[in-house]
Amino acid sequence: MIPAKFDYVAAESAGHAIELLAEHGDDAKVLAGGHSLLPMMKLRLATPELLIDIGGLDELAGVSVDGPDLVVGATTRHADLAASELARAEAPLLAYAASQVGDPQIRHRGTIGGSLSHADPAADLPMALVALGGTVVVEGQAGTRTVGADDFFLGYFETVLAPDELVTAVRVPRRPGVPWGYQKFVRRANDWAIVGVAALDGRIALANMGPTPLRAAAAENALAAGASAADAAELAADGTSPGEDLHADREYRRHLARILTRRALEHETA
Amino acid sequence: MTQIELTVNGEKRSDEVEPRLLLVHYLRELLGLRAANVGCDTTSCGACTVLLDGKSVKSCTVLAVQASGHEVTTAEGLAVGGELHPVQAAFRQQHGLQCGFCTPGMVMATVGLLAENPHPTEAEVREGLEGNLCRCTGYHNIVRAVLAAAQAQAGQVTGEQVTA
Repeated sequence: MIPAKFDYVAAESAGHAIELLAEHGDDAKVLAGGHSLLPMMKLRLATPELLIDIGGLDELAGVSVDGPDLVVGATTRHADLAASELARAEAPLLAYAASQVGDPQIRHRGTIGGSLSHADPAADLPMALVALGGTVVVEGQAGTRTVGADDFFLGYFETVLAPDELVTAVRVPRRPGVPWGYQKFVRRANDWAIVGVAALDGRIALANMGPTPLRAAAAENALAAGASAADAAELAADGTSPGEDLHADREYRRHLARILTRRALEHETA
Repeated sequence: MTQIELTVNGEKRSDEVEPRLLLVHYLRELLGLRAANVGCDTTSCGACTVLLDGKSVKSCTVLAVQASGHEVTTAEGLAVGGELHPVQAAFRQQHGLQCGFCTPGMVMATVGLLAENPHPTEAEVREGLEGNLCRCTGYHNIVRAVLAAAQAQAGQVTGEQVTA
């Protein structure tokens, strides 16, 4: 399969990429690792006229610490995030989530900024960002803004990003030594979660239980009120709206959310 | 058309390509390097796996323009002076192939895996090859071949002496 024709520019800087985005708007797409975008282009589900390649911008890659936050550059590849000693120490849930994306080849190419911008509700890193209560750093011609994880995702493959905005970094609170749990149910190697659960310090995030990564609010409230993990997990699917596909119907997804939440809470590791 | 400059199997290349040209098609059709196969064409099967700067990637999901400025290694680039690379030798000795379609991708994924983890456990080998599918389901011998290659590369024993 071959994508439709497009023009290609290797951006010289983040600022250059933003200028091009402002000029071309919805006709342009940002290319980093390309592991969400290129498959869609090969199927002609996406037919951008211009690709703006930010994959080679070192200024957007890397893991660092800034005060209370771990900062991950937008073009940091999943494999590099998963292997980062800093990330593994300061936000182990995030590093682990990166290690669970796809397969080794995919993790060598895919980037955290790309995964969040693509906003697949079944994906690992959006769920991890919600569980960690992180923020997305977004730059556009109007300047820089930060958007909380709970506000960044609007719907299936939809975020608050304006056509001229670029994700430049992701910030998550440093939580060394805080117990966390991560459960992902798949039927095939290198597949997306049929349902996923990430839990940390009373926050519970669900993957593929609705059009965006969701908080399991009822279960979180029960935990806060002193309920056991097992009792709280019974509420994990409350308020969710999972879709149906060939892998699972709605009720099965709700069942998985309850089981996986219990496992995530009962098998938390520090 | 876009000008790309890259190194393929140690040889510097400079070519004009359409931006939409996939790396696997660049390798197979422009350079005649046909080891990397197009299998699923959807980033799943790994038959098109090559190394990009030493790391395994699926070349059906990389644009040739994205490889500009980088080094690509295909299975054709592994053998030196007619002598098989230790991973190739181990796949032959351990019968790590049946129909052979997945083999170039398996071999390249293995070279990448052993560069990152020279002494993998069997479980790490199976996880490390998660991105490569064998429709013959010949996984057991593939895993044996990878373990044998790891031992051979470590210089502990030769591939022929390994009974994994």
